[in-house]
Amino acid sequence: MNLFNLFSDIEKLDADAAGRLDFSRRKLLKNSMAAAAIATPALFATTVNKAFAQNNTITDVLNFALTLEYLEDEYYRTGQLMTESLLTLDQRADIIQINKHEALHVKFLQTALGAAAIKKPTFDFTARGAFPTVFSNTATFLTVALAFEETGVRAYKGQVTNLMSNKDVLTAALQIHSVEARHCAGLRRMLNMLVWSSETMPGGVPAAVYAGENNTIQGGVELFGLTGASLTQGKTRAAIETVRESFDETLTRDQVLAIAGPFIRSM
Amino acid sequence: MENITEKSAKTLMKQPVDRRRFLRYAGFSAAMTTALITACENPGADPATNINAGARVSAPGDVVDLGSGDVGVLNYAYALEQLEYAFYQQVITTPYAGISAEELFLLREVRDHEYIHREFLRAALGAAGLPMLGANFRSIDFTKRQDVLNAAKDFEDLGVTAYNGAGRLISDPGNLVLAGKIVSVEARHAGLIRHLLLPRLGFFAGDNAVDPNTGLDAANPPSFVLGMAQKFIVETITANNLPKM
Repeated sequence: MNLFNLFSDIEKLDADAAGRLDFSRRKLLKNSMAAAAIATPALFATTVNKAFAQNNTITDVLNFALTLEYLEDEYYRTGQLMTESLLTLDQRADIIQINKHEALHVKFLQTALGAAAIKKPTFDFTARGAFPTVFSNTATFLTVALAFEETGVRAYKGQVTNLMSNKDVLTAALQIHSVEARHCAGLRRMLNMLVWSSETMPGGVPAAVYAGENNTIQGGVELFGLTGASLTQGKTRAAIETVRESFDETLTRDQVLAIAGPFIRSM
Repeated sequence: MENITEKSAKTLMKQPVDRRRFLRYAGFSAAMTTALITACENPGADPATNINAGARVSAPGDVVDLGSGDVGVLNYAYALEQLEYAFYQQVITTPYAGISAEELFLLREVRDHEYIHREFLRAALGAAGLPMLGANFRSIDFTKRQDVLNAAKDFEDLGVTAYNGAGRLISDPGNLVLAGKIVSVEARHAGLIRHLLLPRLGFFAGDNAVDPNTGLDAANPPSFVLGMAQKFIVETITANNLPKM
């Protein structure tokens, strides 16, 4: 992949991406602005003029990661600046801790990339009006945060095989990856959700974020058949849910861009 | 109980980096040392639980080598998953005093994940897999919430750093992705257990797990991880043939 492709792919994927972000209204929004906003044309994809194309897989993966870290970092920083009605003091302390890590990830990736680091995009955290209350409604704010974190975990996981040629970069990516997963757990606790993910209980997070998470076959082994009978004893929920939640899945770059695209105004 | 946790968490946050780093790597906390003394009076803690009923009897003198290549790395993961499962199985069998229905449910779910991880690795490794190992949790007082959750936190945090450190040892891309699919679930466990211990101050990703200067989880080599885990395993685990870092 190269960055030209990254940007043009977002443009291609963007056409109706906001519409595909099927945030649950039950969990999220009382308003009906979202449907109207989906028709808004792409605003961000026409400004990709900077000549920056490298046929270097690792550089491209790190810039892809940096884009997501920029998104998370600015999101939390913006949220922290909102009035106290958005977050309680306890919630704010949790968000500050998460944001500390995202800011460090940005710095880490910028340093690693040096001159090859892409500039920070400009963001639209309403996803073109789909989530107008993202910085005024607590549940919306935390749910969009969770969507970013879950996407981040799956994005890093989806790229690890592209980093195998450089063991140090691979290790660093894994060290970020597990931190994002801790963030998922923390945000899910704040939202009174179970901390592990499947397609069955997405909360208010867009379905695209959990696409494929109900998989029960790992490395050719069907795990429900292998363990389901033993798990049933004493269980108060369907064992297959536990099997689905016991492994996290990957997202491809295109799947990630389809989710993140509507939040990027310009690159 | 919560006050004690909060106090120790605050203390950790104030400590200089070197002290924090030491604690992170030292992993197993003072609470567990205390538990060593009390465990002898705890009839609920079976001193040497064989992880699987009907398996061979574990003996302290046995030496088990993980093997080489990806098989060795997967056996390393298998040993850790066996240990984690055995720990949570003990927690569920002898729940701590005053456990809530929610905590029992959550810890059972974690136990079940570890069981699935263990069974997956056993199936994937087949004849190349380690035997069922014996576990020794004498040093943990399973009657006390604080001790159990602190031990769980340490196991989960250690597991995360183990998988993070093992990624570079894996040569097959499919195996690397599988390790990635497991480690993020372990990190969720770590986040959950930490949140049960202290539901504030971002402790689910606290400074004693995630380096506050880099924003990174640790990535520990097998030699370090096995050094921490060995005291809970009856057999002596050797890792002399694993790929080099």
